[in-house]
Amino acid sequence: MSTVTTRADATVVRPWQQLVVIWALLLTAPFWLPLVGGYTAVAARVLVMALAAMGLNLLLGYTGVLSFGHAAYFGLGAYGAGLTLKYVAHSTPLAIVAGTLLGGIAGMLFGLLLVRRRGVYFAMVTIAFGQVCFYIAYKWDDFTGGYDGLRGFVRAPLDFGLFTIDITNNGMLFYYFVVVVFGLAVGLQALILRSPFGRTMLAIRENERRARFLGLPVEKHIWISFSISCFFTALAGTLYALLNNFADPLGLNYIMSGNIVMIAVMGGMRTFWGPLVGAVLFVLLQDYVSSMTTNWMSFVGLVFVLVVLFFPRGLMGVLQRKPSA
Amino acid sequence: MLQLVLFNLTNGLIVGAFYVLMALGLSMIINLSNVVNFAHGNFLAIGGYIAFVLTPFIGFWGALLVSPLLTAIMGYVIEKLIIRHVYTRNHIYSLLLTFGLSFILQDVCRYIWGPSPLPLNIPADMSAAVTPDLFFITWYRVFMVAVVIVAVAGLFAFLRYTRVGMRIRAGTLDLDTVSALGVNVSALRSYNFAVGSFLAGLAGVLAAGQLGLNPNMGDDLIMPSFIAVIVGGVGSLTGTLLGGLLIGVASALTTVFYPSAADAVIYVIMALVLLIRPRGLLGEEGMLQ
Repeated sequence: MSTVTTRADATVVRPWQQLVVIWALLLTAPFWLPLVGGYTAVAARVLVMALAAMGLNLLLGYTGVLSFGHAAYFGLGAYGAGLTLKYVAHSTPLAIVAGTLLGGIAGMLFGLLLVRRRGVYFAMVTIAFGQVCFYIAYKWDDFTGGYDGLRGFVRAPLDFGLFTIDITNNGMLFYYFVVVVFGLAVGLQALILRSPFGRTMLAIRENERRARFLGLPVEKHIWISFSISCFFTALAGTLYALLNNFADPLGLNYIMSGNIVMIAVMGGMRTFWGPLVGAVLFVLLQDYVSSMTTNWMSFVGLVFVLVVLFFPRGLMGVLQRKPSA
Repeated sequence: MLQLVLFNLTNGLIVGAFYVLMALGLSMIINLSNVVNFAHGNFLAIGGYIAFVLTPFIGFWGALLVSPLLTAIMGYVIEKLIIRHVYTRNHIYSLLLTFGLSFILQDVCRYIWGPSPLPLNIPADMSAAVTPDLFFITWYRVFMVAVVIVAVAGLFAFLRYTRVGMRIRAGTLDLDTVSALGVNVSALRSYNFAVGSFLAGLAGVLAAGQLGLNPNMGDDLIMPSFIAVIVGGVGSLTGTLLGGLLIGVASALTTVFYPSAADAVIYVIMALVLLIRPRGLLGEEGMLQ
């Protein structure tokens, strides 16, 4: 048991320096990014992908259950937000809530069919469920825009009654809006991980059989963990739709799921901030390589292979020098 | 109407036969090595492209024989070089690894043979229809189904009557014991992977003759093959065979009545199977859990 606690402490209770550095960088990003040749939209994209991967990581890194279909919930979040803005009401908060609920509830329902599967079979079924959502978005032309994706909506300014914040036209304000949502979501994740429920997730990851012998309802916990993780990933999806003013069917595809998993692994799936680091690496790599060569697929594929073979613990995992099980 | 149903039924059987070839290979690799091979669809594409290269020299018949063998050798080498490193690790790594591999292989095909579709020439008299009333049943389609039947029968005979085949079956049930009895498990996994790749390569040649070649030709086949494995039940090759045919036919018959649901119906079947019989149609108790 002692190893469980130490590892949990190492990952959940993070040094305050780490926090300060991360938040300082995030809050000042619009000011130093142009100096290094970046732009604010990239930073927002990094945060969105990071949030999606951190959502997945609750399941992957902290419960030890592999979903290879999280693009479904990401994409459902995006479509939910887009459809709300297009057909229901011109309100950004409503779009976020609707998209998150759509993706999260879909996750809860699929989760019911999933929880008794383990390992590679769990992953296969999650992939298949992900593809269902992809085909629905792809084929339902008149409602979802089919192959071309959902267009014809823009994010609405935030209306606080006394004043409004124009996140529609001001990229920097939108970035800070994303930072705030990201901060709230990540804070909530940290709380979940520190709660008794979070400890139970770790127990299941470390030794499922022992957790079962202790009388824990393992299936129920995995289902809850899966659902929570879907809600967070769906939230990231809504932000993605708001960022691009566009929902893409390819955002639902299993390739997107693979990218989300890769972001978590690349950064370090056994660390809290790993997926954020992974998102920085992944988004920059994707941007850079696709601007340099048309053979970007080989490069991304090669990175996958090299990371798996040589850096399976990810960047943060290597930096922390903690043994990974 | 009858023509239409018949047309789609034969289509479904042929598509199902492809799913079966793909899914049997996938299933064998999952059973013995616990690796879901995302790159399986790319092995199929490469099998097709190798046939495209070989046909001018040794003809279609020669290519049909040699191309799957070369695909098997490629699979064997890739397994030895890359995939065997992740057997002892978390499943996530094998998924990511084969996922990355599939990106690379697809790009390699695009780099060498270009992004646009290429035709694979089949013997001319095979494109003729069997009878004028049933114009859609060409000899090639009959031939494809025959090849798949021979291949599947061959596979089952191989697993039943050869020493390696018996070891593969034993390893599927209990790899530790097989290893303790002195079988070289590492080599066994390589052979097994090669056999799976052979089936993918064979499917690739057959598919290329019917549909032509393009770098992502395997993408449309890989998901249904996953589903065939899940529906049939992990651990049972007969189940995979049944699952492949079932979803092929079901999806084709849906095309008759409600075309836009043809892709979705196989997922509905999967969800139903998982709901009613979680271990799959013929899956071993406990294998899928």
